[in-house]
Amino acid sequence: MARHLFDGTGTLVRFVLRRDRLRLPLWIGSFAVVSVIIALAFVGLYQNEEERQAMAETMQNPAMTAMLGPGYGVDNYTVGAMTAHEMLLMTAVVVGLMSILLVTRHTRTDEEDGRIEMVRSLPVGRLSNLLSTLLVLIGANVVLALLTAFSLAALGIESMDLEGSLVYGSALGASGIIFAGVAAVCAQLSPNARSTLGLSIMVLLLSYIIRAIGDVTNETLSWFSPLGWILRTEAYVNNYWWPILMTVAAALLLMGLALYLNSIRDLGSSFLPSRAGKAEASKSLLSPFGLALRLQRTGLIAWGAGLLLIGASYGSVLGELELFFEDIDLMQQMIVQTEGFSLTEQFIPILMAVMAILGTIPVLLAVLKLGIEEKNDRLEHILSRAVSKNQLMGGYLAVAILTGFAMLSLAALGLGLVGNAVLEVPLSVGMFYGSGMAYLPAVLVMVGVAAVLIGWAPNLTSAVWLYLAFSFVVIYLGGLFQFPEWMGKLTPYGYVSEIPIEEMNYLNAAILIIVAVILTAIGLLGFNRRDIGR
Amino acid sequence: MTVLRTIDLTKKFGDFAALDGVNIEVGKGEVYGFIGPNGSGKSTTLRVLLGILKATEGRAEIFGKDSWKDAVEIHKRVAYVPGEVNLWPNLTGGEVIDLFVKLRGGNHLDRRQELIQKFDLDPTKKCRTYSKGNRQKVALIAALSSDVDLYVLDEPTSGLDPLMERVFQEYVVEAKKQGKSILLSSHILSEVEKLCDKVAIIREGRIIETGTLKELRHLTGPILLVETKEPITALEEIKGVNGIQQKGQALSFQVDAGEVDQVIRYVSQFGVTRIESSPPTLEELFMRHYEGAGKAMESGAGGES
Repeated sequence: MARHLFDGTGTLVRFVLRRDRLRLPLWIGSFAVVSVIIALAFVGLYQNEEERQAMAETMQNPAMTAMLGPGYGVDNYTVGAMTAHEMLLMTAVVVGLMSILLVTRHTRTDEEDGRIEMVRSLPVGRLSNLLSTLLVLIGANVVLALLTAFSLAALGIESMDLEGSLVYGSALGASGIIFAGVAAVCAQLSPNARSTLGLSIMVLLLSYIIRAIGDVTNETLSWFSPLGWILRTEAYVNNYWWPILMTVAAALLLMGLALYLNSIRDLGSSFLPSRAGKAEASKSLLSPFGLALRLQRTGLIAWGAGLLLIGASYGSVLGELELFFEDIDLMQQMIVQTEGFSLTEQFIPILMAVMAILGTIPVLLAVLKLGIEEKNDRLEHILSRAVSKNQLMGGYLAVAILTGFAMLSLAALGLGLVGNAVLEVPLSVGMFYGSGMAYLPAVLVMVGVAAVLIGWAPNLTSAVWLYLAFSFVVIYLGGLFQFPEWMGKLTPYGYVSEIPIEEMNYLNAAILIIVAVILTAIGLLGFNRRDIGR
Repeated sequence: MTVLRTIDLTKKFGDFAALDGVNIEVGKGEVYGFIGPNGSGKSTTLRVLLGILKATEGRAEIFGKDSWKDAVEIHKRVAYVPGEVNLWPNLTGGEVIDLFVKLRGGNHLDRRQELIQKFDLDPTKKCRTYSKGNRQKVALIAALSSDVDLYVLDEPTSGLDPLMERVFQEYVVEAKKQGKSILLSSHILSEVEKLCDKVAIIREGRIIETGTLKELRHLTGPILLVETKEPITALEEIKGVNGIQQKGQALSFQVDAGEVDQVIRYVSQFGVTRIESSPPTLEELFMRHYEGAGKAMESGAGGES
């Protein structure tokens, strides 16, 4: 009986809410908080119309259009227009990601782990699980839309009225709803949770890329991307509602399709076949290093692409920096003026520091992967064979060091190559690369710190993230907050030469490397002395 | 010739003594069963022997070398299957087998294909899709394709179906014939019975019995299930009868090893229609051990265990 397909949906909705009672409020709340903080930051950052207009000029180039979408309302670049133009797309992508993660969690992941089988053995409809997940996601995105809208409207910023805020919030919510639909369809197509996630995120990225190409070259192309639609809302300027209605309608069609596909497939089956993997291992896998690299390959490639992109996007604004700085007082406080160098050159070390600290994240992840392997009881397999602890940990350290080298290279090249393309007087690419590589010794010290924690305090490894966060605050915001100089010396990044405004200090670099080696050796010693296992 | 031994092996986690003076010894060509309930210290002992955990006190040696210091050297000649086999979700079974065999170093037997067929494993599937039994097979295939002198197997058949258990037992018998030594932990007595020459029983970190199975059986004696025409009377008064239970029409009870003859004679008076004898289970061995310990304490004579 068709009507029994949805029995128990109400109960399951409550169950989903119960399981996500922390997760959902955290996701939703953080979108509202971040939106408010950014809007307020824009108010503080740009004191008057001239400053905003200068920013609008900076935004008028193809690189920015590709990244953030076509500019609108640039003749009168109000705080509202600015917030919507610079934040809507990026926030919408993250909202989409939230929906994808949540839908996957409640569909394929539960199915793979056998939880849906248990639920289905109860008097519950065949489609109730999917429907309840979708209902929760729709509800969550509506709440997200309203909360963001009212929070922004409550700020009382002149250019951010209630209607504009509602359009802005609803555009975010619509993005969340349509990617919930996308993930729901992908969950029917893919054989497991991992490929559901992969396929959905691929759709999200493709939407972003198609829109980027479309916005720069031919606008018709942007109509094939849901992210292209929601950008057409032009919140705070024209406040169009039709793109939102269109997105939600498309989302409902996708959800209907997902429900239909779910109704005609068996539990555990999929429409895409699960690909057979390799029956034999390739040579490159057969060592502790090869294994460590293989386990992290996908993540490292993603991080590498991300840093290249960040480098490139910083590079794309290098040309406008001079203009930008002249107009904004706050930015001038962030860097100490040095005679004989252009503002662009002075800004390069700051950009490099930020990217180096960002690039340290995958490096630390690579070291801490060893701890994750230990917690999952998989080190036993390796250590019960003819592999010493030094070889094992050495494999992970080697992956980390290579990662550091690759991340800094990609970020520096992205910045340098794109930067030179937009600068009127190009700088040497070698200088950009050197400026990035100058950070490698500091990154190695962080590797050493992580190694010490793995070796001696495996339960406290997350402390290294605090240290990295501290380094970020001190290095990036130190100038702004006028921190005393010694604070900068508490982090390895504080000893790095600021190329091109400083000469390379090889002594400091050598000392950092020695410290890194000593720390790593201490870490290895601890790892060799202690028990392995939880 | 001793292949593996522990001498007063003690392992403490904080204040908790997981192992408290464990002594075991495995000779060349011996299949040694190591039995005990969950959490008794079996896996801890094996992990110390493999140099994954460090002994707090006492010694653990394999091939006369120290388990902790010479771990890498020892492992070239040892194959280990952990109790809980966790694999990498995004590698295939085939890749993991190759990795394990390669990391062992040393020699390996050229029978990967044969083992994969015998154990009926699909090596092209990612480990995330494997059931517990299939993960166990991956670890077993990797262990059995290694040409080593000692196999350390921690509950190797958990999760395997009876058919696969048989395949496993065939390989153990074959290894034994070739003079290899095997240390096999289990909480299933019947498995140990089929394969092992010697047995050690561990409980709460202490070895409570060691010896050949025959010697251990001697301590206990069979469980009889008897159905008679007339009800058996005054059975509880017969020497050597314990734990009488009514099982439908029949009576079930345990008989002390030395008293079997007497008891059978007594029971037969009542016209036996059905009689079944089964070896004591691990639980019964334990129960027995406690009773023994209790009596010893009551009489105040702390006997040798």
